[in-house]
Amino acid sequence: MTNSWTDIRNTDLVVVMGGNAAEAHPCGFKWVTEAKAHRGAKLIVVDPRYTRTASVSDFYAPIRQGTDIAFLLGVIKYCIDNDKVQWEYTKAFTNASYIVKEGFGYSDGLFTGYDEEKRDYNRTTWDYEIGEDGFAVTDPTLQHPRCVWNLLKQHVAVYTPEMVERICGTPRDKFLRVAQMISECSSPTKTMTSMYALGWTQHSHGAQNIRAMAMLQLILGNIGVRGGGMNALRGHSNIQGLTDIGLMSHLLTGYLNMPTEQETDFEIYMRSRQFRPLRPGQTSYWQNYRKFMVSFQKAMWGDAATAENQWGYEFLPKLDVPAYDVLRMFELMGAGRVNGYFCQGFNPMLAFPNRGKITASLSKLKFLVTMDPLETETARFWENHGEYNEVDTRSIQTEVFQLPTTCFAEEEGSLTNSGRWLQWHWAGGSPPGEAKHDTWIMAQIFLRMRELYRKEGGAFPDPILNLSWNYHDPNEPEPEELAKEINGRALTDLSDPADPSRVQVAAGKQLLNFSQLRDDGSTMCGVWIYSGCWNEAGNNMARRGTEDPDGTGAYLNWSFAWPLNRRTLYNRASADLQGRPWDPSRKLLEWDGTKWTGYDVPDIAPTARPDQVMPFIMNQEGVSRLFTRGMLRDGPFPAHMEPFESPVPNVMNPRMRGNPVARVFQSDLSQFGNADEFPFAATSYRLTEHFHYWTKHNRVNAALQPEFFVEISEELAALRQVVNGGWVRVWSKRGSVKAKAVVTKRIRPLNCDGRVVHVVGIPLHWGFVGAAKKGFGPNSLSPFVGDANIETPEYKAFLVNLEPTTAPGVQS
Amino acid sequence: MSDSPRTAVSNPPTQPMVSNLGPADLIRRSATEDLPPPQRQLTPVAKLIDVSKCIGCKACQSACVEWNDTTPAVGENVGVYTNPHDLTENMFTLMRFTEWVNPSTDNLEWLIRKDGCMHCADPGCLKACPAPGAIVQYTNGIVDFIHENCIGCGYCVKGCPFNIPRISKADHRAYKCTLCSDRVAVGQGPACAKACPTQAIVFGTKEDMTRHAEGRIADLKSRGYANAGLYDPPGVGGTHVMYVLHHNDKPHIYADLPDNPRISPVVQTWKGLTKYVGLAAMGFMAAGSLIHGVFARPNRVSKEDEESAEKLVETTIGQPVPEASSSNGERG
Repeated sequence: MTNSWTDIRNTDLVVVMGGNAAEAHPCGFKWVTEAKAHRGAKLIVVDPRYTRTASVSDFYAPIRQGTDIAFLLGVIKYCIDNDKVQWEYTKAFTNASYIVKEGFGYSDGLFTGYDEEKRDYNRTTWDYEIGEDGFAVTDPTLQHPRCVWNLLKQHVAVYTPEMVERICGTPRDKFLRVAQMISECSSPTKTMTSMYALGWTQHSHGAQNIRAMAMLQLILGNIGVRGGGMNALRGHSNIQGLTDIGLMSHLLTGYLNMPTEQETDFEIYMRSRQFRPLRPGQTSYWQNYRKFMVSFQKAMWGDAATAENQWGYEFLPKLDVPAYDVLRMFELMGAGRVNGYFCQGFNPMLAFPNRGKITASLSKLKFLVTMDPLETETARFWENHGEYNEVDTRSIQTEVFQLPTTCFAEEEGSLTNSGRWLQWHWAGGSPPGEAKHDTWIMAQIFLRMRELYRKEGGAFPDPILNLSWNYHDPNEPEPEELAKEINGRALTDLSDPADPSRVQVAAGKQLLNFSQLRDDGSTMCGVWIYSGCWNEAGNNMARRGTEDPDGTGAYLNWSFAWPLNRRTLYNRASADLQGRPWDPSRKLLEWDGTKWTGYDVPDIAPTARPDQVMPFIMNQEGVSRLFTRGMLRDGPFPAHMEPFESPVPNVMNPRMRGNPVARVFQSDLSQFGNADEFPFAATSYRLTEHFHYWTKHNRVNAALQPEFFVEISEELAALRQVVNGGWVRVWSKRGSVKAKAVVTKRIRPLNCDGRVVHVVGIPLHWGFVGAAKKGFGPNSLSPFVGDANIETPEYKAFLVNLEPTTAPGVQS
Repeated sequence: MSDSPRTAVSNPPTQPMVSNLGPADLIRRSATEDLPPPQRQLTPVAKLIDVSKCIGCKACQSACVEWNDTTPAVGENVGVYTNPHDLTENMFTLMRFTEWVNPSTDNLEWLIRKDGCMHCADPGCLKACPAPGAIVQYTNGIVDFIHENCIGCGYCVKGCPFNIPRISKADHRAYKCTLCSDRVAVGQGPACAKACPTQAIVFGTKEDMTRHAEGRIADLKSRGYANAGLYDPPGVGGTHVMYVLHHNDKPHIYADLPDNPRISPVVQTWKGLTKYVGLAAMGFMAAGSLIHGVFARPNRVSKEDEESAEKLVETTIGQPVPEASSSNGERG
């Protein structure tokens, strides 16, 4: 989230698209009801299904899954055509005026530079023209034919309401009503918030879905303001923490990158991360990358990280592929190239696509370790459960170790919520049975591994032997110790840069925040963006102050928000070039002539003049990007792409399947289905009654939603002679499931380009262990392909067929 | 603790508390002629359910199960979101889902109503109940079942214009929402209201809740719901569970919520007309209850009793009995 949950109450218009906040985030959704009840805010829902969120909306429009980009570019076109643009904001705070290199273009659904063989673009033309002064060339008048604004106008021209209807199946009048309601938020005194979740990310073009809405929010002037923003609703209580702390194969902590094998030494690694400003006087905050990186390395290896060994750069793993994402791991596992797998706190048997492939892959492991508070299907993948898990147990040689862990309520620590708040929590109970904290288990494994490396050596024992492990009890690092390490501390006395005779931070003291980090090895910090969470003032994550001056929703004394306790990112953009709030009634910050003052921690240097330093300080440009250069693999602008399995061809280019640059493994190519064999458009989702595959273990949740079902329209039910509450079989190119049918008016067939598209909704909460009735998950059916940039699997749009059947275990 | 709580939001105090609802707070007691007048008047309370804010998450159902420590069975899916499929002795409240196409806009509306005891000011269950003290009403308006006095005859079900109480097959006693009388007695609001994430369920004094509803209704009218209104039906003397409905002109679209619920005139005059019969019946029931205690067999009422009770209900409510038509709310 750019903003916070509590800020949503400040909005005038909530657009829930690519998510289902009431269903999947019922507690956070209270802020929408607050905005509606107390500000008169309106709620729009755009979704293939009339959801629980839609049930309390002011306006609902249907859309075919996977076509959000066309819809959103249509809204951008509507805003441009109707002069509903926050012009002052757009001109000053976006790259609308930047001139793009000659040669850049888009035709037949593809940008310049496409290489079909490599499934990749040569992105050299996707960049700015750079002047002789080394800065990007701009045309503030927006007259230049190759300025970003004119390229954007050209790019969206095709997305007329008629085209939107053709692609999305959204009736023209409903699309226009949504576009009109959204466009009103171009007024500086009206804001809209975008609340989205996996409905946008779980596509082969997921990042571009989000880009499209972010661009719309920028031209409406809704980023950095109260009640605005791009608000990703994170699906687990700590999934924001997972990405922040870098639990992805290509990331280190705080969005630093894992080095690649081409980056053979630290200076080469740093060379592509200098991030010099692209416009005069801009901040380009990532210029501090080296300080964050060296401090991270010091946190990892302590005294063993020295200037001489490049702070232990050689201890870091180097990627030989873009990422070892989950799809690649299971592909490799299936190819027999993975011996052991640690599965800590997740359930791939139900969470990863193409369950058949997951089972086959797990069966090739020598050993599997699961660490989970609950029994999982993954831990039991080898066990035959009849139709629900038809495996030949005797043929599976994988040795499975189940290590019971504590659940969140049995441990102390912090959880990072969607709004970037690190909230400390305390243990509410003792671990049951043999359950142990994850930290204890990992410490035990580490200590034993280190001992083996110490005794036996091995190819490269250094990273393990040198790992910093200075804990009070090496057998179980305490949450407090870990949190302090994450915050960082001074390793030697730090002299004050303003007055070198003064000591700013004494050796051994906690750092105030990341502004005190150094690149000379004198500081350590586990996660730079979290720095400030536990400084000399104590555990800021445990703060529970409820004061909120003037009711802005900022709550600066409640917990700690990264970065620097800032509640709204880019908040300097809430004021104009003179530093005056766009909307005085919704002031966040104001320039008082010498510094920024207001309700939030300024997202800019406190004395940076409003007419000189632009708000988007993490970007080299200082402004936001409508045109994102070569930073995404699949285009500098979003463009309509169909899902890999689509009921209709791509109207821009019928030859194009899915995202043209998304990675597809050879073995999965033959596993895509076509509309002639699999005519129905399926999507998957959560229900409020359950949380993923956990709560099926709880008898209360199980009673409230006991059994796996699929949802279909009355029309599809009639077509396939399905009765409400009867059994159906649903199958894709990859698998088959049986489910109860819920026949509903909440799903209606869509008319797309003259074809009737039937939608099949598949919730995801059932498996073969737990208190609820046995069932299946949509991952038995969904394709093994992910987003072109981040490899999030395409769960939200795929093809199936459907017919009436009998109950599992009952012969028809 | 001296009066009714005014909110469900507050957290309980840490010091021990004395129950605020005792025998001296009763204004009605089933089959009891000589109930002494209450010693004080507590401020009437109400739970307000704003259907237009409800997202159907079932947190209320979950909280109800947890607080009352009931054990609803893991059932099956029969093509609806309403689970369990009906109120039971283990499920005192139930989200009923109705898909309704508004004929004036042709738009689908997914109407989600939290069903449960309405805590009528004039409770049909209590009036129909032949067992002394099995059903009581407190001066704050809460209608409560006192299970040790219940004989399981089912008259309360027949007497209820909303078809709410359910007879347990395990102990043959009647169960329903207590409005968390045990929580209210110590200054807390009902568990469902406390759990509700959107505050679609709020709790306080009836006066406060009525005023709160007025604000909600004004908001709904501004959004085009011309017939938005408060459901506080006069036919049962008003209720201590009230709804804000977007379409208050047709409550029946919300999974057969009665448009104009009334208690049977026969039940109304039960005590007067059948006083002696009633007393005799009570003696019979008491004996039955004793036998039940010894042999652990279900309590029975005679077939004639059953028929007369049914007749009594049929003759009174000028519309279908809710249970006859509400079993498949989803498809409405």
